[in-house]
Amino acid sequence: MFNNLQEFYNFLPMILIGTGILISVTVELFSKKSLTFLSWFSIVLFFLVGIISLWNIDSKSVILQNMVATGGYVNIFYALFSFTGMIVCLLSIDYLKKYEALFGEYYILLQTSILGMMLMAAAKDLFVIFLGLELMSVSFYVLAGINRKRGNAIEASLKYFLLGAFATGFVVYGIALIYGTSQSTSIDVIASKFVELSGNLLFISGVLLFLIGFSFKIAAFPFHMWVPDVYQGSPSTVSAFFSTAGKTAAFSAIIVSLFALFTSGASKIITPYLSVISVLSMFFGSIVALSQTNIKRMLAYSSIANAGYLLIGLAASNSEGIAGVIFYLTAYSLMNLGAFGIVSIIESKEEKNLEINDYAGLSNKQPLLAGLLSLLMFSLAGIPPFAGFFGKYYIFMAAIKSDLTILAILGVLSSVISVYFYLRIVVLMYFKESDLELGLYKSNSGLLALFISVLLIIILGIFPGSFLNIINSAL
Amino acid sequence: MENNLLLTYLIFTPLIGSLIILLVKNEKVSLIKNLGLVFSLIAFIISLVIFFSFDSNNSDFQFIHKLKWIEGINVFYFVGIDGISLLLILLTTFITPLTLISSWSSIEHKVKEFTFFMLILETGMLGVFASLDLFLFYIFWEAMLIPMYFIIGIWGGKERIYAAIKFFLYTMLGSLLMLVAIIWLAVYSVNILGGFTTDFTELLKVAPSITRDLQIWMFLAFGLSFAIKVPLFPFHTWLPDAHVQAPTAGSVILAGVLLKMGTYGLLRFNLPLFPDATIIIAPYISVLAVIGIIYGALVAMVQTDMKKLVAYSSVSHLGFVVLGIFAITTESIQGAVIQMVNHGLSTGALFLLVGVIYERTHTREIAEYGGIAKVVPFFSFALLFASLSSIGLPGLNGFIGEFLILLGSFKSGVLNSWWFTVFAASGVIFAAVYLLWMYQRVVFGELKNPKLEKLTDMNSREIFVLIPIFIFIVWIGIYPSTFLNLSEKATKKVIYQVNNPVNVTNIIGKK
Repeated sequence: MFNNLQEFYNFLPMILIGTGILISVTVELFSKKSLTFLSWFSIVLFFLVGIISLWNIDSKSVILQNMVATGGYVNIFYALFSFTGMIVCLLSIDYLKKYEALFGEYYILLQTSILGMMLMAAAKDLFVIFLGLELMSVSFYVLAGINRKRGNAIEASLKYFLLGAFATGFVVYGIALIYGTSQSTSIDVIASKFVELSGNLLFISGVLLFLIGFSFKIAAFPFHMWVPDVYQGSPSTVSAFFSTAGKTAAFSAIIVSLFALFTSGASKIITPYLSVISVLSMFFGSIVALSQTNIKRMLAYSSIANAGYLLIGLAASNSEGIAGVIFYLTAYSLMNLGAFGIVSIIESKEEKNLEINDYAGLSNKQPLLAGLLSLLMFSLAGIPPFAGFFGKYYIFMAAIKSDLTILAILGVLSSVISVYFYLRIVVLMYFKESDLELGLYKSNSGLLALFISVLLIIILGIFPGSFLNIINSAL
Repeated sequence: MENNLLLTYLIFTPLIGSLIILLVKNEKVSLIKNLGLVFSLIAFIISLVIFFSFDSNNSDFQFIHKLKWIEGINVFYFVGIDGISLLLILLTTFITPLTLISSWSSIEHKVKEFTFFMLILETGMLGVFASLDLFLFYIFWEAMLIPMYFIIGIWGGKERIYAAIKFFLYTMLGSLLMLVAIIWLAVYSVNILGGFTTDFTELLKVAPSITRDLQIWMFLAFGLSFAIKVPLFPFHTWLPDAHVQAPTAGSVILAGVLLKMGTYGLLRFNLPLFPDATIIIAPYISVLAVIGIIYGALVAMVQTDMKKLVAYSSVSHLGFVVLGIFAITTESIQGAVIQMVNHGLSTGALFLLVGVIYERTHTREIAEYGGIAKVVPFFSFALLFASLSSIGLPGLNGFIGEFLILLGSFKSGVLNSWWFTVFAASGVIFAAVYLLWMYQRVVFGELKNPKLEKLTDMNSREIFVLIPIFIFIVWIGIYPSTFLNLSEKATKKVIYQVNNPVNVTNIIGKK
């Protein structure tokens, strides 16, 4: 399996998660009071995996018969997934108690889905991507309906499953066509034949089908139909996980499968496709978000719009674009974890307090939460000096460098639209009064998660340099 | 060049103050107020130190502090000032403590948040005037929206939410296009300098070599964001809303400093970076400026609300400043710079006075007043003084600025027509009409409204706020050289840069 110890060492993050899953399943099976253990076990596990991934970032290698890559940006994705998982666990502890949804499998499913994501990010072969995609997606379908006492959670789960399976079908069909024309599923081999095959209609259709399948997963227009319903119906912490780690994983799959093309510039062939869905997603997401009354649906449409910004980075198809996408994914994950985290804290047991109007006067009732949420909203709106701004800046810079200035201009215009709905929440919290009693369920671990995200957003916003250096040297 | 930390201290003193205030308990209102005042005064003292050690014979940027900040995109923390920015920095540090004192009793709820946002705002404004890296400039320029948004939205009048959002969206739309232009310039510089840079002093060597058509696009992208901020006709519609709804302190800062960021941006960035485009576009912008002068004045004349009247007078007065900048003569730009300061002082004073009377009567309708001269003599005198300064009475500050601008635009080679001056001069007459007419209706006549009989005159705190402003109004009016000398070298440099675009091939040849 491994040729030497170093390779084993490089593969350690995935081994750790795998072992963690086995331990968790065993504990869950034999202990009735496993929930507290599982939550803290997952937090520690994710934290460890994240740290080890960052530690190993320089040891690049390709292992397991050219199936899996390690080191470099793969490890940045590892760290992103596991730190996201850690923050979601912190948010979940009290959220699950609030709903009395005391299922230990919740944490196990988080672990399995993260293992799936890691496979996608590390893949050197289309089949490994597919394997990871399925492992992640199946865990997601169950997670969406984890609270089986709630009708709309089950509805969300079913919707997600049907549309997700459909999307997977696209991916498989795409892989089949690519294999049929290039006689290989190895990403490197396909990349080396890409220019030669780019005149072949079947091959290009395969690539497009593959991309369309992932366009579902990143929630890009016009493949976004599931997003608002699933985000609204799933438990808020799970929505937080979908919109951050799920999106990051889908982007990581696109990046690893097209990476060789991005750096050689051969990906210019798919730039039109990426540009078009990018612009459509930005404007569709921002405009429809304006009319939302439910905060989770609003965040869902904002997630569609943000998929658009991220796609600009891919359309630019240069190394700045990739670095920008990774930076913005990090920033976006932190912002959405924070935003959904606050939603999950404010949400009441009876699924109340989810309308945007319920946030009226929050600055008087919960000054701390209101302050954090406004900061997150300003960052999402792309206002400096927060991480969201720098991510957008870097992505627009990549686009302008590739002579896609028009994409950057459309991007900033849609940002202006999105400012309106992000600020609407700030308006309600600070400029309006309300007598509504929120009846909060206190959550100290949740607050800790919020502090971590917000602190990182400020640090990444003011001093993005060192993280940017890590990304650039990992590419 | 050796780094000088004074500017950095100046910029971040208010920020540190605001963070300290965040730690104080909400209930300790007077401690919060005093802390806010102390930090804004420290900033003022630092700015005075800078003023006294500033070398006005040097046209280069001074008090430079340059640090590597974001290595990946070659962004520096780079601040420095010349005479033009120094004047505006002094204006900022001078006005902020006065507004804090003026809102001592008018802001009663959420005092902590108010002081916090005011101090953050000051940091933002100082940063805008001192930044020499366009990335840094943009950060301050945008970040400053947040505190102003809250100041209008939380402490404003009835329509405050509408006004706050309008203010935010308008400014954001303009500035995001500027962001695209900044990135475009930085990417363009890779071809010429061999490296990505947003350093203003480096871009000065690059930008003028862009082809004329592209320069015009760049000019428009930068110009739109500044024109919205100024606000230049027809981008002014956010201003009356924001001014009227904002609390007094907000209006004073808005009129006194924020609007100047627009004119400052035009002068600092548009002119030297895009000289060819400037020469082509100058007449068109000047036409808009003159329309603004007359339109603002005419609309001010028919206002029934005092605050709205002063707000529209800003549109008119800022039209003068823009005309002065785009006439591109030493006199006109010098006039524009001093007029920025003048407008900050006289319009600031007018807003303060409207705030003073509003606090007592809770109405700003001119028709509600009349004959208060005997009841509140101090107030009446102060209002007269501020109005006369705003009108441009010789001997007071407004006259110097307007006179220089009209003189400069008359002999301007770029505009090349004296019609600009003729029409602009009519704005001076209109200003006398609307301000004196308002004064007459508010202060003179018979005392008809019985409520006004018990009006109390200005208290010592309110008088204390106005005295320093009045001193400077007279000082600039009688001996403007103190201030004109500061900006003279910088002004001449801008004009030189417009008329002699740097030849890039020479620079590359030297390397």
